[in-house]
Amino acid sequence: MSPVISINRVSKAYRIGVAHQPSNLREAIMDLVRAPLRRLRKYNENFHEGEDAFWALRDVSFEVNRGEVVGLIGRNGAGKSTLLKVLSRITEPTEGEIRMRGRVSSLLEVGTGFHPELTGRENVYLNGAILGMRRAEIRRKFDAIVDFAEVGRFLDTPVKRYSSGMYVRLAFAVAAHLDPEIMIVDEVLAVGDAAFQKKCLGKMNDCVKQGRTILFVSHSMEAVSGLCTSVVLMRDGRNSEKMPVDEGIKQYLSMLGDNGDVPLAQKPRRQYRKRDPIFTGLKINGPDGGKIIRTGQSITFEVEMTDLHEPGEMTLGIALYNERNQRVCLFHTMYQQHMPFRGIPGGVKRLVCEVPSLPLTPGTYYVDLVLTDGYHELERLDRADKIEILFADLFGTGKLPNIRQCNVILPCRWSQ
Amino acid sequence: MSLSVTQVELTQPAPADASRASPETTRELVIRSRKGWNPIDWRELLSHRELLFFLIWRDVKVKYKQAILGFAWAILVPVIQVVLFTFIGNAAGFNSKTSAPYALYVYAGLLPWLFLSSSITNGGLSLVNQQSLLSKIYLPRLFIPAATIGTALIDMLLSGAVFATMFAWYGFPPSSNVVYLPLLMLLLITLGLGSAFILSALTINYRDVRFLIPFLAQVLMWISAAVYPPRIFNPQQMGWLDFNPVYGVICGFRTALLGEPLQLRALVVSIIFSAVLLVWGSYYFKKAERRFADIA
Repeated sequence: MSPVISINRVSKAYRIGVAHQPSNLREAIMDLVRAPLRRLRKYNENFHEGEDAFWALRDVSFEVNRGEVVGLIGRNGAGKSTLLKVLSRITEPTEGEIRMRGRVSSLLEVGTGFHPELTGRENVYLNGAILGMRRAEIRRKFDAIVDFAEVGRFLDTPVKRYSSGMYVRLAFAVAAHLDPEIMIVDEVLAVGDAAFQKKCLGKMNDCVKQGRTILFVSHSMEAVSGLCTSVVLMRDGRNSEKMPVDEGIKQYLSMLGDNGDVPLAQKPRRQYRKRDPIFTGLKINGPDGGKIIRTGQSITFEVEMTDLHEPGEMTLGIALYNERNQRVCLFHTMYQQHMPFRGIPGGVKRLVCEVPSLPLTPGTYYVDLVLTDGYHELERLDRADKIEILFADLFGTGKLPNIRQCNVILPCRWSQ
Repeated sequence: MSLSVTQVELTQPAPADASRASPETTRELVIRSRKGWNPIDWRELLSHRELLFFLIWRDVKVKYKQAILGFAWAILVPVIQVVLFTFIGNAAGFNSKTSAPYALYVYAGLLPWLFLSSSITNGGLSLVNQQSLLSKIYLPRLFIPAATIGTALIDMLLSGAVFATMFAWYGFPPSSNVVYLPLLMLLLITLGLGSAFILSALTINYRDVRFLIPFLAQVLMWISAAVYPPRIFNPQQMGWLDFNPVYGVICGFRTALLGEPLQLRALVVSIIFSAVLLVWGSYYFKKAERRFADIA
């Protein structure tokens, strides 16, 4: 069977200089006058190497078959959204070609074209038309849309008075009822509550069952592993081969955790108020003195904070994430023990956290550090480091549940 | 971000049901970089025609929503202007230059002018005001400025109804030239569409145009004799007006409605200019469209 989407050496460049762009109105008017003449001169708009161009996509090629659900994953700025924009015809590729067969619906933003002054009912029609539905089609699906969105009572209220949840539900409902053969979905599910996200994923899953094809961008590895049949990993505008979901997620997460051998002080972090890095050191020690332990063994974290001049008491949390980006546990100065602390302005403050036993399912875990003043996250350092937890025959069965089955391994006693 | 979805079953795609068209028979969409001339995709415009009506419907709806007087505004705005310009015209003695009642004379010019002014301002700003429609979704973008023309047309029909009652009020019979009115409307729409296409595309590319537009509208109103009789000028000065394409349409409306003498040269200039502007405007729009999403 021939592929439904075939992407062939697609590149997209954005100009970052002003090489060719008229900068003032006089030039603009000249440009306007010359525009029709250019064609006669076979004016060539190709980019040339060396010109100030930023390549958001470079030689992207892959194919998607009918019924496949392909997850596009990668860091911010890797080109995922640009690729979706090109696929949605919002912007043209600079080079290359894409062929698609079937009705395409793209959902890059929830509620594009919604007008706040119009009522829910009116917006369903308007948004449906913007997404490419005929009026008769919208009328036919109207009840199903309203039903899905659960906004029945507020149907004749202007959407500007909707809660953000209702707004998103209604907008997704319209898009979801487009019945496309190919669905292109950006991370729109990031909004809305958990129950609704589940419903959206369920709806997308229904589409899959009907043999639809979905291209899905998400940062949630859980959504990706739950929905996708394969993934493509994007990195600096280039794509990987299409690969099995587990393999792709593993590569993505190791890419995330792998900031090279960057010293901790130079790793990117988020700060409530811009200042020099606070977290400047993290030592992790297992019984054998390294970052590799066996499940159930003890571990020690030593966090080093430099020039902590913020006044008042602070809290520190150390969170562990598994390879599927789920937070598995949190060691905190407020919960396991009440230990508010103060910083040392100009000096180095060290906090040590001893964990007597870490009974996690064997796998790789990432360590996030969060420092707060009780209200704001003064600094947050994701993926500060990673630890490897190895298999240990805890119960003498020679077996343990795996990472897809559970996160924590606790003992129990069975009887019959 | 955290997405706390608990569990979604992984399903294998089921074979497509037979009722759906097989992918081999559906139209293949090819996306590639296009260079130079982009033809207008008439088939696409036709298949999305309902969208144009929805966009017009939205604009009309939003415009009068929450306005206490609602649709009355579409009538009040031209009426107040007619009263104002009639008052000024009478004071200045311009009313001696027209055969028809002066208020009717002013209204006959104001009717097409308000349409054009709305095409220039609302049409010109239509894209910058709706950037998410450019950067987050694909739709036939020509419809976005075109919809403002539709909205202006509806306003014009409403105030045209008031105009008709004014004829009755003054007991002034419309000229027999009124049969040419549909052709003049066609000319007016051509000019409006052309200006909206070119100005909206320019506004996205060069934001200075945004500040230029209100100024342009004001200058055009005064140099097109929209709200006063051109005969206040001497014949040589009047001759210069002929080269203003807006003047030609406005004179045409006065000829059709009030039986004013035909300004042939002005009308021909207007027809040629409008036709060229529409073709060129839509070409420039299609050319600029490729970059809309990148710079919007």
